[in-house]
Amino acid sequence: MIHSLFLINSSGDIFLEKHWKSVVSRSVCDYFFEAQERATEAENVPPVIPTPHHYLLSVYRHKIFFVAVIQTEVPPLFVIEFLHRVVDTFQDYFGVCSEPMIKDNVVVVYEVLEEMLDNGFPLATESNILKELIKPPTILRTVVNTITGSTNVGNQLPTGQLSVVPWRRTGVKYTNNEAYFDVIEEIDAIIDKSGSTITAEIQGVIDACVKLTGMPDLTLSFMNPRLLDDVSFHPCVRFKRWESERILSFIPPDGNFRLLSYHVSAQNLVAIPVYVKHNISFRDSSSLGRFEITVGPKQTMGKTIEGVIILSQMPRGVLNMSLTPSQGTHTFDPVTKMLSWDVGKINPQKLPSLKGTMSLQAGASKPDENPTINLQFKIQQLAISGLKVNRLDMYGEKYKPFKGIKYMTKAGKFQVRT
Amino acid sequence: MSSNSFVYNEQSGGGEAAELGQEATATISPAGAFGLFSSDLKKNEDLKQMLESSKDSAKLDAMKRIVGMIAKGKNASELFPAVVKNVASKNIEIKKLVYVYLVRYAEEQQDLALLSISTFQRALKDPNQLIRASALRVLSSIRVPIIVPIMMLAIKEASADLSPYVRKNAAHAIQKLYSLDPEQKEMLIEVIEKLLRDKSTLVAGSVVMAFEEVCPDRIDLIHKNYRKLCNLLVDVEEWGQVVIIHMLTRYARTQFVSPWKEDGGLEDNEKSFYESDDEQKEKTDRRKKPYAMDPDHRLLIRNTKPLLQSRNAAVVMAVAQLYWHISPKSETGIISKSLVRLLRSNREVQYIVLQNIATMSIQRKGIFEPYLKSFYVRSTDPTMIKTLKLEILTNLANEANISTLLREFQTYVKSQDKQFAAATIQTIGRCAANISEVADTCLNGLVCLLSNRDEIVVAESVVVIKKLLQMQPAQHGEIIKHMGKLLDSITVPVARASILWLIGENCERVPKIAPDVLRKMAKSFTSEDDLVKLQILNLGAKLYLTNSKQTKLLTQYVLNLGKYDQNYDIRDRTRFIRQLIVPNEKSGALSKYAKKIFLAQKPAPLLESPFKDREHFQLGTLSHTLNIKASGYLELSNWPEVAPDPSVRNVEVIELAKEWTPAGKAKKENPSKKFYSESEEEEDSSDSGSDSESESGSESGDDGASSEDTSEDSEDSSNEQESENGSVAEDKAATKRNPETKGESDSEDGEKKNKKSQTSDSSNVESSSIEESSSESESQSENESESRKVTKEKEKKLKQDRISLTKDVSLLDLDDCHSAAHG
Repeated sequence: MIHSLFLINSSGDIFLEKHWKSVVSRSVCDYFFEAQERATEAENVPPVIPTPHHYLLSVYRHKIFFVAVIQTEVPPLFVIEFLHRVVDTFQDYFGVCSEPMIKDNVVVVYEVLEEMLDNGFPLATESNILKELIKPPTILRTVVNTITGSTNVGNQLPTGQLSVVPWRRTGVKYTNNEAYFDVIEEIDAIIDKSGSTITAEIQGVIDACVKLTGMPDLTLSFMNPRLLDDVSFHPCVRFKRWESERILSFIPPDGNFRLLSYHVSAQNLVAIPVYVKHNISFRDSSSLGRFEITVGPKQTMGKTIEGVIILSQMPRGVLNMSLTPSQGTHTFDPVTKMLSWDVGKINPQKLPSLKGTMSLQAGASKPDENPTINLQFKIQQLAISGLKVNRLDMYGEKYKPFKGIKYMTKAGKFQVRT
Repeated sequence: MSSNSFVYNEQSGGGEAAELGQEATATISPAGAFGLFSSDLKKNEDLKQMLESSKDSAKLDAMKRIVGMIAKGKNASELFPAVVKNVASKNIEIKKLVYVYLVRYAEEQQDLALLSISTFQRALKDPNQLIRASALRVLSSIRVPIIVPIMMLAIKEASADLSPYVRKNAAHAIQKLYSLDPEQKEMLIEVIEKLLRDKSTLVAGSVVMAFEEVCPDRIDLIHKNYRKLCNLLVDVEEWGQVVIIHMLTRYARTQFVSPWKEDGGLEDNEKSFYESDDEQKEKTDRRKKPYAMDPDHRLLIRNTKPLLQSRNAAVVMAVAQLYWHISPKSETGIISKSLVRLLRSNREVQYIVLQNIATMSIQRKGIFEPYLKSFYVRSTDPTMIKTLKLEILTNLANEANISTLLREFQTYVKSQDKQFAAATIQTIGRCAANISEVADTCLNGLVCLLSNRDEIVVAESVVVIKKLLQMQPAQHGEIIKHMGKLLDSITVPVARASILWLIGENCERVPKIAPDVLRKMAKSFTSEDDLVKLQILNLGAKLYLTNSKQTKLLTQYVLNLGKYDQNYDIRDRTRFIRQLIVPNEKSGALSKYAKKIFLAQKPAPLLESPFKDREHFQLGTLSHTLNIKASGYLELSNWPEVAPDPSVRNVEVIELAKEWTPAGKAKKENPSKKFYSESEEEEDSSDSGSDSESESGSESGDDGASSEDTSEDSEDSSNEQESENGSVAEDKAATKRNPETKGESDSEDGEKKNKKSQTSDSSNVESSSIEESSSESESQSENESESRKVTKEKEKKLKQDRISLTKDVSLLDLDDCHSAAHG
């Protein structure tokens, strides 16, 4: 399956290589560089590149290309999903996944990669198991290791590997037993010129941070499980229980994990919590354009909208913009033509607006299209789909855990066409 | 000394030592004197000394630095002797790093690598399973041909190890040995066969992977393990699931008959199946229902369904392709929702999933139509995602949604991403060609685009309009005239060539403009692109034939220009045209037909999806993504016309039945066991929500060390489940297949059971039918049938009461009822 892995940074240096079968020369990456050149933007580099003897499958995250070398037929998603899992694991181990971080921890990275694949086939990808095999580096552990001579490498097979709950390590102990669940919903929407919704859907996830002693068995029930018509689960969730009772029953992994992700599709009506009024006009004759946008709340169920950021890619012909915001700060980058306006909170009494003029390239014709506005925002304590957790129960352990649930709604890919 | 040289190396060696700074700080001392002369060799001296020191910490530091070198792709092979000595180190981290090193360099230093072998051989006997496993891993990763026999021996031993983790590693080692020495194939197949029988979920994925790599054609090895694999599937780790599902898809295509004919064979190949099956059916059975799905086929489809909910995109895609390739067409629809969900994922995942959806949406629009809006393009999507989405939108377009789509396309045409705008225009052309109702609207829209400022947009529009006009009976003189005028402003060669071709083709409909265009073009002939020049020549030839009075001299002028052109294609064309249209003594009979040749009715171009030709690849494969057959791609065979003997999958049941205590007892136990296991299921927390009930849970937990009894137990019960629903269908199918041998007894058996299932309440319908099917399969073994007579008699009494009900039930697919209740 996966023959080798190369990590390539944005300037085109191969800064790590790992081979699981015989060594593949790094010159194979030349094909990748070629494709990268052709694509101009990192985002447009094709994920699958054929070369005469190999196939290069790549993933681009955190400004690093993870390039896997394949020799024979394999489901491409298999490799891509695995590469993403590698990145997630690094993030989990080191907090951030960046080039300096990987370089600093090259030995741990190597050990982890060694455990994740055997002969190119995934061996252990569950973070709970990996962390038992190779402990993540912490300052304290480094100090202790230097003094006592102990190591970061476990010498016993992680118990999870063999058990029926491979995602959970055994012997977990906490003094404060707590379980937190974050219900986070993102609205993906396209709003057209006149303010009507073209398409809107909600992508939700329930992220959990569970720190419970022993082998707790949790059940989580919802007030309105009917909303969740398309879900995907962490392997720990018992599918059958869900099918029959619409209850999430599971033995959680230790630590942070994504319990569930769901999708409330375009067929349901989705409440759009903000509106954007815009008046952007270019005139053929003059070299000045008018620009005015206002944002305001709508269907927010009484919650405040915060963290509002507006991003807009202006047409190439725009040279500069002179704008005055009623609140927040704005910047316009004349090179990338990116306008960003950090609005902050929306006060319904005094709607934030951004007004001013654009100066256009002299002589250039007026752009065909007005720019699209990309919106980011956050609403605390609200799940826009209306999903509500009913209760969380724990079986199998005697103590009383502390439980917490948090809701949040965010803008996902939220676009307003103007 | 060592420390001194080390310091300098750090500087001269550039970055490579820098990342090791943390570990290295301990050894750094003020700069040494002879740093300037230090070389890689010297530095490695230093590492060697560290490796030979008595302190583990120094060794560890050295190993870490060496691994750092390997990671950077620096050569560290000359340290081999020093490193290999540490292979027996007590410190587990040093040992691990030495393993890393060994695997990397053993191939280059074969003789020295042999020094380490005895250590591994010893470790293979270690009581700690992790150590046994990692020893096997490294031993098998050392690509040194001399040790092949040792590896073979180790694999054989490990495949019988008590620890499933070690057995899993043995499965991986099989592939490694095979790639090192393909001669061992036969022996390895034996091991694969043995491991395929393994009941641990840990092993299943890896051994199937080995199977796919070593002997994918030995489908016969799968038969006996088919049902077990289906039942274990939900509990196998996600990567194994992908591999198993792909393998089972291939398996199903060779072992079951096509379930597609019910839908009335829309495609040709299906039709042929339909017919052949009809014949076969006529021979064997004349029931009303033409097709009954093999229960094993149904088992696979049903057991993979929950995996559509997996968090792993590869698993979801694998299930989707399985449904696409082997499920009845009426059931394929459920995959669309899950695939659309994957579109929220990373761009790479989106890219692959969209490609597959594009292929699917050509054949079956229906299943993705409800999700039309999920394919709307966002301005922030990368171009490759945009074009794929556009492709899908085009495939999904129909009379009902086309107006919405065209409105959406209008936005796209204005996009700042011009490549994408051009693709949208192509798309509009395809919509117009496919949906005649909107052809005029589209054409008008495209004509409006001709006045667009952007050249690429205009050029693309011209090309598309040309194609559209070609398809329609010419009543579009106006548009052609308009385009003729555009020649002055458009500079893109393809567009100019298209306009010229269009005018030439319709020169009789625009008699005033055409000669004038030729006049203008003759003027600029020398500065045109080759593509345009060819079309000028064509235009001249056509005008010469239709309107020679006005254009004779003009054409000859153009032909003269062409004669001396730099490009030989154009010179060739000129010569050809001159011979053909200008009559002289040398020109043969052909020139009489010149007009017919040049102005023949040309077939309209077919505007179709570029994904059309990917259909023949299995979905979700690399070959499908690339549209090239990748090395190692295994073709998906066509459905067999007659299903191979289904009893090959039964063998295990028979074996067990022989070992089993009197069958009568088993019979009695069955219901109670069922009951028990159900209650267990409530408690059994470990059972990760699997569809296969707690039996499979207990099976997976079973380390292979459990007593024979229990394993038999679980085996048998899982077999019951396997054939669960569709058991009714099975007995029908069985009768159909070999009617003379067991037709009567079987169906009788089945009926009796069915009746029994009626007696129990609705929730028990499934379980009782399970029982029935298991008994059914058991009855295929001879010694079984004897003892069964006892039970049969008991149930005959019940049977008489309910004969009428039986028939109704036998037509129902129990599974469908079941799922319908939930849905």
